Amino acid sequence: MRFRRPGAAPAAVDVADPGRGIELRGVGHRYGDRVVLEGIDLRLTEPRVGVVGANGSGKSTFARLLNGLVVPTDGQVLVDGLDTRTQVRAVRRRVGFVFQDPDAQIVHPTVAEDVAYGLENQGVPPDERAARVAEVLERYGLAGHADHPAHLLSGGQKQLLAIAGVLVMRPARIVFDEPTTLLDLVNARRVAELIAGLEQQVVVVTHQLDLLDGFDRVLVVDGGRVVEDAPPGPAVATYRALMEHR
Amino acid sequence: MTLPLYVPVASPVHRLSAGVKLLCLAALAVLLFARPTLTVAGAALVGTLAVGLGVARLPVAVLARQAWALRWFLLALLVVHALTTDVASGAHTVLRLLTLVLAAAVVTATTRVTEMVAVVERLCAPLRLVGGRPQRVGLLIAMALRFIPVLVERADRIRAAQAARGGAPRGVRALRTTVAPLLVQLLQMAHDVSEALDARGADDVPAHRPRRT
Ligand SMILES: Nc1ncnc2c1ncn2[C@@H]1O[C@H](COP(=O)(O)OP(=O)(O)O)[C@@H](O)[C@H]1O
Ligand SMILES: [Mg+2]
Repeated sequence: MRFRRPGAAPAAVDVADPGRGIELRGVGHRYGDRVVLEGIDLRLTEPRVGVVGANGSGKSTFARLLNGLVVPTDGQVLVDGLDTRTQVRAVRRRVGFVFQDPDAQIVHPTVAEDVAYGLENQGVPPDERAARVAEVLERYGLAGHADHPAHLLSGGQKQLLAIAGVLVMRPARIVFDEPTTLLDLVNARRVAELIAGLEQQVVVVTHQLDLLDGFDRVLVVDGGRVVEDAPPGPAVATYRALMEHR
Repeated sequence: MTLPLYVPVASPVHRLSAGVKLLCLAALAVLLFARPTLTVAGAALVGTLAVGLGVARLPVAVLARQAWALRWFLLALLVVHALTTDVASGAHTVLRLLTLVLAAAVVTATTRVTEMVAVVERLCAPLRLVGGRPQRVGLLIAMALRFIPVLVERADRIRAAQAARGGAPRGVRALRTTVAPLLVQLLQMAHDVSEALDARGADDVPAHRPRRT
């Protein structure tokens, strides 16, 4: 582990410029010899951005680039001007991430404790932590489950819990990687409504195309490239056409 | 067997600090093994039940489940004692163990994991002197409690999937056919969990952390 002087990370936050959004400059990514993404130049400032594409096309890798979980092997990713390579802590405070499988991202045994986890990491004092956790649980209908074991929740409730654990940290932007893939229709709709109601910028990777209704911009990823970048109507049409020719 | 998780009740036992409860538990263990008489063990069991069911008002099922989970182990212990020494000493050993397990269950059912973890972190505080992070030890414990049930569930799912395709292996073969796919899932899960920890700021070290030299 690298030596860090106390206070080094907060200084980096100050230079962030919230207007700049998420920028990808000449981004490519390889796992070993295998090229997974290449030639991506984008600036994402719209409140609602969708990403669609076949399995294995590179969507998850793309999503992970946006908060520094994956650092590009080529080019640069900047969040509000912060480089994910050098300022990853500051970037992660600004960009929350919701994974496909809630089981993997719930790390504490009970509901309220899990929601508090991210706040503990940020050093939020206990009183404020408790208040913010209670508020988020209330808002997402989990207040009655605060002390319940997480493993007894339903799949839909687990995903709500995972999302609550991200929202409580109040990131300015949130990336969702197939948040409804493991859910039944009712729960998928609840999560879709929740996402629609967020004030944050959201980037959603999904196979559930109706989730993209009302989005500002949709990227179609194929073979590691962004092959279409348009409003949902035309983008979804392109995606369907692409899949029919397989 | 896993110990029960927090059962929310407004009781004096719940309000008692986690450190005190853990100390009492340790004292009880010492007492049971330092004074191995039937009176002490019997009194301890009655006391534990009185505190757990009476004062803390835990549901009987919470404690019954613990005793039930141990039934084969306790029975085996009794048989071994009966064969090697005598039934009375076997009954006595069983009584002591049962009491301890129930007392531990009362402590975990009346204490939030975060409080328990905070005690462990305080105990591990000297780690700081050598550059360690007590918080990491605490997180490890919480995560063990979180993922043991997940693990059991995944193992059940693998067995069910195998049974659905006509395989119902038993014994060593069952162990092998379940363990291999389980390990693969575990490795994938470990990777996913570590990503999730990162995404939620596991490395976002608060500024007040002492400087390392
Ligand atoms: N950690 C990794 N190591 C090696 N290859 C990977 C890794 N993650 C993904 N890949 C490969 O990269 C390609 C794109 O994966 P991914 O970004 O997960 O696509 P998608 O989310 O669209 O299914 C796949 O072929 C996958 O096998
Ligand atoms: Mg994916």
